[in-house]
Amino acid sequence: MAELTLPANSKPTTGKTWKAPAGVKNIKTFQIYRWDPDTGANPRIDAYEVDMDSCGPMILDAIIKIKNEIDSTLTFRRSCREGVCGSCAMNIDGTNTLACTKFTSEVKGDVKIYPLPHMPVVKDLVPDLTHIFAQYETIEPWLKSDTPPATRERLQSPAERAKLDGLWECILCFSCSTSCPSYWWNGDRYLGPAILLQAYRFIADSRDEATGERLDNLEDPFRLYRCHTIMNCTKTCPKGLNPAKAIGEIKKLMVERR
Amino acid sequence: MAESLSNGAQPQSKQPHPRPLSPHLQVYKPQLTSITSILHRFSGIALSAGVLYLLCWLLAVAQGAEAFDRLQDFNGSIIGRLLLLGWTVAFFYHLLNGIRHLAWDAGFGFELPTAYKSGYAVLIGTAVLTITAWVVGYFQMGAF
Repeated sequence: MAELTLPANSKPTTGKTWKAPAGVKNIKTFQIYRWDPDTGANPRIDAYEVDMDSCGPMILDAIIKIKNEIDSTLTFRRSCREGVCGSCAMNIDGTNTLACTKFTSEVKGDVKIYPLPHMPVVKDLVPDLTHIFAQYETIEPWLKSDTPPATRERLQSPAERAKLDGLWECILCFSCSTSCPSYWWNGDRYLGPAILLQAYRFIADSRDEATGERLDNLEDPFRLYRCHTIMNCTKTCPKGLNPAKAIGEIKKLMVERR
Repeated sequence: MAESLSNGAQPQSKQPHPRPLSPHLQVYKPQLTSITSILHRFSGIALSAGVLYLLCWLLAVAQGAEAFDRLQDFNGSIIGRLLLLGWTVAFFYHLLNGIRHLAWDAGFGFELPTAYKSGYAVLIGTAVLTITAWVVGYFQMGAF
């Protein structure tokens, strides 16, 4: 059931403001969600005034600067800093994206940063991804085949390979799944756009021979059919992929095989 | 309970404080596609109520002239007209957006620019059809 408001322990309060040193001219304020598991107090929104003249252009540059120079307790995930690892996905300026590929200059006014929406928070901007990775496991994300292994690679025609374009590029940052209202309300049973795009990636692969089995696994009122084509997923994907279309293709295959 | 789950996560029972839920509706920016989606649901609910009202209207017809006149008087009042206008909007919106959904079900129109164009088309189409229907309705009653 849709719970439109946050539970009592999750409502953010106003936190601390970290003023920029005197004399700094080019100030941008970052309002960042904080939650400390050690105290267990309600989350708070801390405001950090950052000197943009000594800061890199990306949101990730700014939050690393905050951690290095202003408040070392700020916690977030990051690794590659170039949009290929998916670690720094967070809610920035009202939509989900990667902090490393989002320009601070794209945001008008204060930059508001929250963890990926409707997820249990481990600390600050770090959401607990245990459940969504367990869901990833249920779609068995590997090639399955009954035919004896070839003596060399299993070949694909260029046309067969082209079907995987727009699918293989997914980096599992879960920006899409956590942007989806259906996933917010039914994430316990609905697989969500990221996992369904992955499911279609293996369904669409000419080398995979388990299509029927994979569709059987998704033929369920919740796992697949909680998608109502809201398209927040496609709108928010930092890699420009189209999970809504992939889900549409799965739904189409379900009808065609009847 | 095992020391840790197979994926390395700590069991929740070791958690000293329950984890908060990160903000969702409160912070996520509405966009055209999400608004047209929720309007589809609201218009569907409104139309379900409208069917009940239509049933009342048919019952009034069956009960005879007096009951029918009373209902028609209500329909002609400001509140009655606002309700009918609302149902007209809901009807045309649900119809047009339903066609958009049928296209999606057939595998068309998933590209973001297309989805935005079809969304605006539904909103504009709803306005045009609603105004046309009411102008024609008033014209038939001899208002012009």
